[in-house]
Amino acid sequence: MSRREKIWWWVGGALIVVYCLFPIAWIVSLSLKAPSDLNTGGFLPTTVSWDNYQSILTGGTKDLFLPALRNSFGICLIATAISCLLAMFAAYAIARLDFPGKKLILSTALIVAIFPIISIVTPLFNLWRNIGLYDTWPGLIIPYLSLTLPISIWTMSAFFREIPWEMEQAAQVDGATTWQAFRKVIVPLATPGVFTTAIIAFFIAWNDFLYGISLTSTSRARPVPAAIGLFSGESQFVQPTGAIAAAAVIVTIPVVVLVLLFQRRIVAGLTNGAVKG
Amino acid sequence: MASIEMQNIVKQYGDGFPAVNDVSLDIADGEFMILVGPSGCGKSTLLRMIVGLEDITSGDMVIGGKKVNDLAPRDRNLSMVFQNYALYPHMTVFENIAFPLRLAKMPDDEVRRRVTEASDVLELKEHLDRKPANLSGGQRQRVAMGRAIVRQAEAFLFDEPLSNLDAKLRGQMRTEISRLQRRLGITTVYVTHDQTEAMTLGDRVCVLRKGKIQQVASPRELYEQPVNLFVAGFIGSPPMNFLPATPKGDRLETPFGDIALDQKRAAAVAGHELLLVGIRPEYFEDASLVDEAKRPLGSIFTARVDVTEWLGDSQFAYIPYEAPESIRQHLRDLSRELDAEELRTQAIVSIDATSRIREGREAEFWLDSRKVHVFDPETGDNLTRDAEAGAELTRLATQDREEQLEDSQNRTGAGQQVGGATAASA
Repeated sequence: MSRREKIWWWVGGALIVVYCLFPIAWIVSLSLKAPSDLNTGGFLPTTVSWDNYQSILTGGTKDLFLPALRNSFGICLIATAISCLLAMFAAYAIARLDFPGKKLILSTALIVAIFPIISIVTPLFNLWRNIGLYDTWPGLIIPYLSLTLPISIWTMSAFFREIPWEMEQAAQVDGATTWQAFRKVIVPLATPGVFTTAIIAFFIAWNDFLYGISLTSTSRARPVPAAIGLFSGESQFVQPTGAIAAAAVIVTIPVVVLVLLFQRRIVAGLTNGAVKG
Repeated sequence: MASIEMQNIVKQYGDGFPAVNDVSLDIADGEFMILVGPSGCGKSTLLRMIVGLEDITSGDMVIGGKKVNDLAPRDRNLSMVFQNYALYPHMTVFENIAFPLRLAKMPDDEVRRRVTEASDVLELKEHLDRKPANLSGGQRQRVAMGRAIVRQAEAFLFDEPLSNLDAKLRGQMRTEISRLQRRLGITTVYVTHDQTEAMTLGDRVCVLRKGKIQQVASPRELYEQPVNLFVAGFIGSPPMNFLPATPKGDRLETPFGDIALDQKRAAAVAGHELLLVGIRPEYFEDASLVDEAKRPLGSIFTARVDVTEWLGDSQFAYIPYEAPESIRQHLRDLSRELDAEELRTQAIVSIDATSRIREGREAEFWLDSRKVHVFDPETGDNLTRDAEAGAELTRLATQDREEQLEDSQNRTGAGQQVGGATAASA
């Protein structure tokens, strides 16, 4: 690469980064503004104020935000764990075994994934109320599974297909049962895939708003996105914009931490050296 | 250690295509058996049926006197080296080799002892802590072998283990495998499409074609007494030359002049119209370089040389010849089946490296007619095969093998005794 080309790459990269990160910077700056500062039009706050954070963590909105944060974490983690586990077995079967209806399962998964949520939320609302799942954790975990499972199955079966089948056959010849071969050879090799899938599934569940707002009514199960929607100002003349921005920043933090934490594990190419190079 | 017996083994795929068709093969205890054939002949499928990775449609697979048709791979106690090695990339070399022992729940110190032993044999000692990704091709190959020899398996199975190595390394590993097999004396089944490996490694070689066994014999018998056109064309490099021939009394008329046949052979070919005569490249020689004593044993002919290849220790000449269309068709089909694409009918002739025969000139050649074979082009059968002579060659090979096996076992036994004696004196 010539020097000139390098410079252009840098410029292009910087442009994309600015474009992507600008909304986040905006939210952060918004969350640090005092209510009176909101409409002045400047990008940076005139004085940095932590009032918004105080209000959602210890102040008036505390009772709305903190339980929601707990609910969101609990529900999303459980949904992700279940979805990853189920997807792992399903994807393994899809990648390895030949059984009738394999195509059907894959295409059904795809259809479920693209099915508009809004169209099933109302019947689900009725059903959940009748069977007592309304406003409970399982009442959200189950729909979240339907959101995360299809994409998990698709991603993970792609990863499983990458693992040479000989690995498993070698393990079987070496004396492993099918389960041992799966656990000791296939799963370790698929870890990057499992982590990638887990992060994607977590995002999807974490970002859901529609189920959250429709299937809950109290802080028993209401997740953060729904709770943020219910924020109100101190009086009807005050906009809750600052508080919403602060909540958005706090909600973004775990996602960023998660990605940074598992970044090293999502490196591809773990199967290097398994077969001839 | 165990013998492997296959009785009428058939493998049929879902679409009814028989990949392996009625194969019966007995592999003796401690024998080195090669399965060889062009791609798609079912050799790998057969191997995978032995190890249990492929279901058997019908027939019996008996290992060590026990029918194993319905046993899972792990219950057959065989070890296998895969073509692409199939090492576990997340484990160190040590753990890769130890994997079968760990699965067998062997105590730690025993695992350590056995892995060290195996890595000594394969000279992997300094690599035990490395991951497969950091090893060279040859080292990975040795790790795969280490994993195979570390436990007391009934038999070793190799699925084209050397095909991913470069030529030089392949030669080294070939002798290594041969040495190892003799030393351990374990029944070995080795799949390859490389006939050099087949000839050099095997006690016996099983030639397969479209899922059917053509001939099972020692390499020498395959070379000197092939049962049909296919085996004759497959074994030998450069391959056997097939010339069209018409019998006339006790002589065969060929593009390269008449070839005299002895009485037995003349009787065998009598009554056929058009034949193929199979002549190995080394049965030819530059006529000017043939001993006076040998000269009358063959015939002399003149032909125009198309191309010569001088290799230092040997020299090949290519001589084009005319053949009737029906023969050309047969030869074309045959070469396609052998994974070769023969474009023209030409004979490859091995002549002395010192020969001054030049390209594009007429030259005199001498042809040793004592060992030529005559084939029926329609059925492919070898009409002049001497079954007794062939059987004798294989019998000699078997005897050799048994002696070698005994030798190597005595040697290891003696080694242990010596070791014991030193220990006692110390």
